[in-house]
Amino acid sequence: MIRFVFFLSVLVETELLCSVALIQIEFCVDLFLCFCFQAPAYHLILEGILILWIIRLLFSKTYKLQERSDLTPKEKEELIEEWQPEPLVPPVPKDHPALNYNIVSGPPTHIITVNGKECINFASFNFLGLLDNEKVKSAAQASLKKYGVGTCGPRGFYGTFDVHLELEERLAKFMRTEEAIIYSYGFATIASAIPAYSKRGDIVFVDEAACFAIQKGLQASRSNIKLFKHNDMADLEQLLKEQETEDQKNPRKARVTRRFIVVEGLYMNTGDVCPLPELIKLKYKYKVRIFLEESLSFGVLGEHGRGITEHFGINIDDIDLISANMENSLASIGGFCCGRSFIIDHQRLSGQGYCFSASLPPLLAAAAIEALNIMEDNPDIFQTLRAKCERIHKALQGISGLKVVGESFSPALHLQLEESCGSRENDVKLLKRIVDYCMDSGIALTQARYLEKEEKCLPPPSIRVVITVEQTEQELDKAASLLKEAVQSVLN
Amino acid sequence: MANPSAVCNGHLHHHHQKQNNLLKSGIYKKNGITKGMKKNGVSNGTLHKKTITEHFEQAPMYVAVLTFLGFGVGTIFGYLRDFMRAWGLEKRNVAAEREQQKDFVPLYQDFENFYTRNLYMRIRDNWNRPICSVPGPQFDLMERVTDDYNWTFRFTGRTIKNVINMGSYNYLGFAETDVNALKTVTIELQKYGTGICSTRQEMGSLDKHVELEKLVAKFLGVEDAMVFGMGFATNSMNIPALVGKGCLILSDELNHTSLVLGARLSGATIRIFKHNNMQSLEKLLRDAIIYGQPRSRRAWRKILILVEGIYSMEGSIVRLPEIVFLKKKYKAYLYLDEAHSIGAVGATGRGVVEYFGMSPDDVDVLMGTFTKSFGAAGGYIAGKKDLVDFLRTHSHSAVYATSMCPPVAEQIIRAMKCLMGLDGTTQGLQRVRQLGKNTRYFRRRLHEMGFIIYGNDDSPVVPLLLYMPGKIGAFARRMLEKNIGVVVVGFPATPITESRARFCVSAAHTREMLDTVLNALDELGDFLHLKYSRYSKSSHPELYEETRLELED
Repeated sequence: MIRFVFFLSVLVETELLCSVALIQIEFCVDLFLCFCFQAPAYHLILEGILILWIIRLLFSKTYKLQERSDLTPKEKEELIEEWQPEPLVPPVPKDHPALNYNIVSGPPTHIITVNGKECINFASFNFLGLLDNEKVKSAAQASLKKYGVGTCGPRGFYGTFDVHLELEERLAKFMRTEEAIIYSYGFATIASAIPAYSKRGDIVFVDEAACFAIQKGLQASRSNIKLFKHNDMADLEQLLKEQETEDQKNPRKARVTRRFIVVEGLYMNTGDVCPLPELIKLKYKYKVRIFLEESLSFGVLGEHGRGITEHFGINIDDIDLISANMENSLASIGGFCCGRSFIIDHQRLSGQGYCFSASLPPLLAAAAIEALNIMEDNPDIFQTLRAKCERIHKALQGISGLKVVGESFSPALHLQLEESCGSRENDVKLLKRIVDYCMDSGIALTQARYLEKEEKCLPPPSIRVVITVEQTEQELDKAASLLKEAVQSVLN
Repeated sequence: MANPSAVCNGHLHHHHQKQNNLLKSGIYKKNGITKGMKKNGVSNGTLHKKTITEHFEQAPMYVAVLTFLGFGVGTIFGYLRDFMRAWGLEKRNVAAEREQQKDFVPLYQDFENFYTRNLYMRIRDNWNRPICSVPGPQFDLMERVTDDYNWTFRFTGRTIKNVINMGSYNYLGFAETDVNALKTVTIELQKYGTGICSTRQEMGSLDKHVELEKLVAKFLGVEDAMVFGMGFATNSMNIPALVGKGCLILSDELNHTSLVLGARLSGATIRIFKHNNMQSLEKLLRDAIIYGQPRSRRAWRKILILVEGIYSMEGSIVRLPEIVFLKKKYKAYLYLDEAHSIGAVGATGRGVVEYFGMSPDDVDVLMGTFTKSFGAAGGYIAGKKDLVDFLRTHSHSAVYATSMCPPVAEQIIRAMKCLMGLDGTTQGLQRVRQLGKNTRYFRRRLHEMGFIIYGNDDSPVVPLLLYMPGKIGAFARRMLEKNIGVVVVGFPATPITESRARFCVSAAHTREMLDTVLNALDELGDFLHLKYSRYSKSSHPELYEETRLELED
């Protein structure tokens, strides 16, 4: 009996399954009760001690548990009491340049009244001068009379008007693509289009000078983003090659990983064009799709204003998706994507800015249609614009202290300081003095504004010069000479 | 209201206990399929005494079973047809990849579009119906037909005239073409044209914007406001300016995509609380403050609660008094999206803040859109001057997006002036009152007929539950046959078992129009067996007596 109990205690001590031990102890207690009347007293005492010892062994902790860190309710209350959040927004200094923005009274057309002073407009992207066009206005008026202002619903829920369908058809026809889709906000166009196709795990190769809307679209897509140096095809090819070797290692993953190149036709931040023919070659070599943002080049480049594809004479079907806004050349509001139906149609259920936003007010769609009519009826307007761009580009060369950035035919040029004066803040202040000088003499200009902390690759500070067809040659020359004068007076 | 289960006590704490009990007894809506009806009175201590009733009645169990069965049959047929398409037995209507790009990685995964191809396509004719008139109380639809089961549509050139519009968010009836009403808009359009061609920070801040912003701030009773060109972008481009890494966003599970997108773009951590559920919110708030950020255990920099005023798919109204109480207790910030509620609720149309009799100062960020009640486009953010100044400098929209079109701004100005009585009439106020009357009338009649409708008694968004996928198409088509345009919604916009039709009541609807719609619904409800409610007139006679009395005064 003792041996039996002892054996059991050894069992327990060696930490075999506790539950097994428990059952056996119960069994052992039964035995004990049976035999206790026959056994001698020392047996009983010894057995009693042993059983107590077993119980102690069972209930004592055989290993040290980590100290539990549960907070008491009081401590929790204290923590809640203690927590102090940051203010919702930090205070903005009163002299922040963005707080003292220009106020335009009246329409921002060729002649613009900025802060009460009448100037010639070299700041608004009204390339074709359609903002002030009577035909456009009367088309919008007619639409206003028929449809009122708002659409009161997204496209899916009675927010599709006949004018929207007409505009989509006209845009597709103008761009010579199968289908077009319109958005009610320029910024939302490419920012919604990218995440409609590119998902988590997909790879996007993007030019580092890409505009903010592209950056946000990429962020929303949660794809794998690979930046290549601005317009550097060797760098892009390097990245593509790296990806190719990566793919060979994991071909199963590679079969479902979509890849895209996202570039701009005419770069907003640098004023130069993308090398599209080389990009097309890379596209077919590495089987990557190309998304093209044409907000600046649509209605500007090419013989008929069809943008960068026409400029380079490239078959538009080689581009998978073209996105542009209607807020520059067309002088309306909104944006569109165009391409093959296979691609575009997908956005009608997956483009967030399309599905979940109220549709474009019909009067703005009507204005855009009329603007397209004007573009189609006056194809020489693009030649005129180009000549004006080249004229001022030439005139602006050789200003000491400032360099011109951008193609000669770009209607939006950047003037950057040749030498920075130390900090970005000082550069911005210096450029502001140049802008103010010009503004005082009747030329309205603006600095290109960026959210400095948000931009992936922040462009250097610059003054943006926007050329429109309404500017006369004298005005262009005046602007150039005034800029020269301003730089001289400010830099010296 | 004589609602026996409504809680109407002057203390928040009691209310929480009551809801806890409800949760335990298993009649909370999200606890699977359970029987019962949730009617919670929202009460807010000293500020707000009136009881608000929200309904989320559960359908009988067999409805859920049949709904799943419906989806099951649809799915089986979908696979069958996919199989037939793969073997060339059925024509493939969908656009195909270019020949030259066949060896690229496929742009779409086949299964991604299974639902679209096989279920949505069958009833696709009920969405995107093109209209060719003002989206007022009645509109004209372009008639379209399909020869290939909704893969393509063909316009017949005819229009279906004077369809009663129960779909547009034209709550106050400002979507109108009356020449007198639009006079100022016409003038501004002639003066400014349509475009801006620049951003707010560059050359796109017009005197018109300054005028509008001052008016919006005055209308809402706050220090300052800023307006943006698109309602969707107001959320998605401003939330990232307010919060970032190290901040926490607490978001209602039913928040609109734009809020979700804005939250995602901000880089902040996002946690979701149950729809309008204060226990869930409080628990998240407590845990967030006590335990701090995951892994690093640092304290959160700030906590932002994102809610909407009226939820557009549920018709429920946010429990603002309780949220404000919680936000103050836990020092969080509150972002209130009044997209559907501004203009639509409150005695003078100032949104949920006025509806609950609260001060606009209680909400840190007041956001709203002009698309709905104001019949225009765009959105605003309003609040303290510090906030708006910060947004003027840091909003993505202010720096990178084209500013608001001037004639659209003028439409907002005229509508807002009308609401504020600055046009010298009481027309604006009348519209708000009419909307309230129409809403209560419409909701009461639907209740009486025995439909299950969701949401708050005062919400002009009225979801009527259809449940089964087959009924979505049947309902919308038959309503159109009766010359009534309705919106139907199914998965994925709603939970899979809760397909619904959604009506938006407008102040411009006349009693005759509403009666026409109600009669049609009554008839169709019997035909399609939609009257699932077990709380029809007979079981709550006192409720209807009371409502009637209220309506008459």
